[in-house]
Amino acid sequence: MSIALIIVAAGFALAIGLGLYARLGREMGLEQWTVGGRGFGTALVFLLMAGEIYTTFTFLGGSGIAYGKGGPAYYILCYLTLAYVTSYWLLPPVWRYAKQNRLYTQPDFFARKYDSPALGMLVAAVGIVALVPYLVLQLKGLGIIVSTASYGAIPATMAIWIGAAALTAYVVVSGVHGSAWTAVVKDTSILLVVLFLGIYLPLHFYGSYGGLFRAIEAAKPGFLALPESGQSPVWFSTTVLLTALGGYMWPHTFASLYTAREPGAFRRNAVILPLYQLINLFVFMIGFTAVLQVPGLTGPDVDLSLFKLSLASFPPWVIGLIGATGVLTALVPGSMILIAGATLVANNLVRPLRPAMDDAATARLCKILVPILALVCVGFTLQGGDTIVQLLLMGYNFVTQLFPCFIASLMRRNPLSRPAAAAGIVAGVATVAVTVLAGFSLSKLPFLGPLQDVNVGVAALAVNLVVTAVFAFVTRTGEEARTQAA
Amino acid sequence: MRNLRWLAVLPFIGILIGPFFLNRVEPFILGLPLLLAWLVFCVLGTSAVMALIYWTDPENRASGDPR
Repeated sequence: MSIALIIVAAGFALAIGLGLYARLGREMGLEQWTVGGRGFGTALVFLLMAGEIYTTFTFLGGSGIAYGKGGPAYYILCYLTLAYVTSYWLLPPVWRYAKQNRLYTQPDFFARKYDSPALGMLVAAVGIVALVPYLVLQLKGLGIIVSTASYGAIPATMAIWIGAAALTAYVVVSGVHGSAWTAVVKDTSILLVVLFLGIYLPLHFYGSYGGLFRAIEAAKPGFLALPESGQSPVWFSTTVLLTALGGYMWPHTFASLYTAREPGAFRRNAVILPLYQLINLFVFMIGFTAVLQVPGLTGPDVDLSLFKLSLASFPPWVIGLIGATGVLTALVPGSMILIAGATLVANNLVRPLRPAMDDAATARLCKILVPILALVCVGFTLQGGDTIVQLLLMGYNFVTQLFPCFIASLMRRNPLSRPAAAAGIVAGVATVAVTVLAGFSLSKLPFLGPLQDVNVGVAALAVNLVVTAVFAFVTRTGEEARTQAA
Repeated sequence: MRNLRWLAVLPFIGILIGPFFLNRVEPFILGLPLLLAWLVFCVLGTSAVMALIYWTDPENRASGDPR
């Protein structure tokens, strides 16, 4: 057993220990387990929000896309920055409404606003579909980390099973409290590791950042900007827009804002969190350094670039520390996703159908669902051949379809009727599903010219908006006709 | 001072429209490729804009727990 693997195992143990500790002295009812009793201050809310955003995706996916694609990776720096700007105005009213109505989940919000449990069920279904690729990417990351830290002794498949088991144990033990406290440890360590790697590696191999970029520009001209077609500026702009709108539409992100004690926390976060995005800059540096140092990784293997470069540069104990940090970056968001997913199924799919269920029964069902959901995601993880970034973007295509109906619900007079809201979501999600399942893309329609590069999620959003508008118009004129007749 | 909140449009313009005009590697700015340098500038600018909005927002001036 390598020293690297021992350190990674210690990381797992630390996380589970923290989860157990955070649970001490609290009774875990549904409200405690899912939204932390709505008692988290600015600092913890900040950490939870930052925590679920800095995931395996940042760590392995961010360096992977910089390595594999170059310039298009810059979108990662941008989209959450814009999401934070909108959060300043969007989150406080959501928080107040959730508190007044004692909401637990994201579908609760839609169901209450539109006074329709059925719409809540639809939103829950969309959320679960979107969460699966997000959880798959965390498990994929765990697999990469554990098998790398064992220097290949543990095959990736077994590593994924180990990761899923640890994640499940962790969630069942601690609920959301475990997430918040582990987030403290995780955020500190990922910050240190990413800063260290992002500063040491480029300077070690190239002497300066300027040297690094000049070397890449000499070897691969244009790699550090966006290509003319494919992931062109049109792709960049539409992708950033899509993911910025979808940033708070994730069920677990939405639910995590219920944990706050007061809404001012969100406004302060909107000032600080953009700066926190700059960590991604160092992640890019790691990926860019790997471009000429460990060339030849293609397809989903680009996500290995951080570890391949580290293996070539450091002794095993450093690999162990990097791996342990990686484990935490997968466990925290992974646990948030599992909790959100299980709560969605129990509270928003099963409970509306069985009105006799009380909070205690719902909480029990949640905990039973956690391992089942984990198992489903392991299944998908073992099948898929997508990169981490592709998986995340697929999830975003789905959740962003909730945005029009969400925004409308915040207006003083909601312009949308129930059928309009539901029809828009169904149309948008169906468009995404068709493009994913049939492998269709706009690039097969040459008459679109530069619009070929529009992110397919934005195209689906356009379909969504048109259908929503048509239904809103039709149902409204229907209502007017009825009032006139009466 | 409530009109200051319209400054929040600037980050969107910079990030969504900027790349159409600044999609180049050279010249390097502080060692960074031009496009990356521009986007980093936008992120820093976003934080500054949001700080300005936060400080001038009467919602945050009231007691410790603004409603």
